[in-house]
Amino acid sequence: MCLAVPGKITSITGDDQFSRVGKIDFGGVLKEASLAYVPEAQIGDYVIVHVGFALSRVDEEEALKVFEYLREIQELGELEVAAENEGPRPNQAAPESQLPRA
Amino acid sequence: MKFLDEYRDGEAARSYAREIARITTRPWTLMEVCGGQTHAIVKFGIDELLPKSLNLIHGPGCPVCVTPLELIDKALEIAARKDVIFTSFGDMLRVPGSRTDLLSVKATGGDVRIIYSPLDALKIAANNPTKQVVFFGVGFETTSPATAMAVYQAARSGLKNFSLLVSHVLVPPAMEAILSSPERRVQAFLAAGHVCTVMGFEEYLPIAAKYRVPIVVTGFEPLDILQGVLMCIEQLESGRFEVENQYSRSVRREGNQPAQKLVQEVFRVVPRKWRGVGEIPASGLGLSEAYAEFDAEHRFGVANLQVEEPAECQSGRVLQGLIKPHECPAFGTRCTPEHPLGATMVSSEGACAAYYRYRRHEPAAA
Repeated sequence: MCLAVPGKITSITGDDQFSRVGKIDFGGVLKEASLAYVPEAQIGDYVIVHVGFALSRVDEEEALKVFEYLREIQELGELEVAAENEGPRPNQAAPESQLPRA
Repeated sequence: MKFLDEYRDGEAARSYAREIARITTRPWTLMEVCGGQTHAIVKFGIDELLPKSLNLIHGPGCPVCVTPLELIDKALEIAARKDVIFTSFGDMLRVPGSRTDLLSVKATGGDVRIIYSPLDALKIAANNPTKQVVFFGVGFETTSPATAMAVYQAARSGLKNFSLLVSHVLVPPAMEAILSSPERRVQAFLAAGHVCTVMGFEEYLPIAAKYRVPIVVTGFEPLDILQGVLMCIEQLESGRFEVENQYSRSVRREGNQPAQKLVQEVFRVVPRKWRGVGEIPASGLGLSEAYAEFDAEHRFGVANLQVEEPAECQSGRVLQGLIKPHECPAFGTRCTPEHPLGATMVSSEGACAAYYRYRRHEPAAA
């Protein structure tokens, strides 16, 4: 029910806050969404859309943090491993999942 | 698609899983609040990447599932009326009421229509002035701004043949109900990213402090969930209990202010019964006094209808994370998506439906 999908604003119609509607590109599928709740959103921005309403503008800088965080902890982990001078314990190998390989 | 595909990178997911395994020194139980997260976890096998000592239990975050039986029965009674066009999200159509469901009402001549957005109901109302158009407003804080806008615009344009059967619920009171239960198992929460997109996360600060529980606002893609789990474990292992925001590309501390403002204008906070759980104080939304004329319960005289819930369905225990779906004796036998005993088996976000779709061939854990 709380499913919300990111898409890119390709055009905007309507003037006042309540009537502003964007045409949103979801990976090639175009759909309209109300921009009433994202007055700051402009053409070219990505917004998160739920039941026909954009609920937030995606912050592109923050969007990279998942990967930065991973890089940081990996570097930290390597330092710790080097300091302890031991490899990963055998029970720590992650089993296979259904995730696609990069 | 940008902002989706990169968060499904298998190599990065395995790196997160390795890091989680590296720092986990003892068993922990985490609850993901949102049904969308439950489905991602089961679909992508995220729980299978984690150390066995970590238990992910599934929370109450499926609004369809927690809509009480009597509201479904009210919907059925209104939808069966000849003068009504009943509009709803598709998820609600197969949710069983006491005797039937909306799909059956439609099959026997009721004008029941699936819509994508609450604003679609306004268009239907404008195009059908001789009919009463009712929207079944179901959802958490993520969805209530959309419903609020429909009611607000109906009032602004003087649309008299539109009304709302409202079943909006609020997440923090449900989390508190779970945390204050004597059967509490939850030690940390992955909070629902889209609920917090609307509401922000300040209301979680007192909950984290009072119950000494880490709360990490988390997104819906595999890497989001794995990072959310890692952030929870880091807190648990170091004895912290703070509110952190993993889903910062969408969630701001203060949330979406214009959306909150309209929700506050159109709705007021009311006690709400949760299916399988019971009444939780201040956990739902009802129409505010200024918009009371749009209340379908009063317009169609069904406000006082009361029904008891069936005993066999254990969805209440599933929704509180006390059992997993496949531990219910009826799972996959007397209860299937074709013949559901409860809404958790029907909704695309219901935990039982997720297990039926992705896990039904696996034996229940001992």
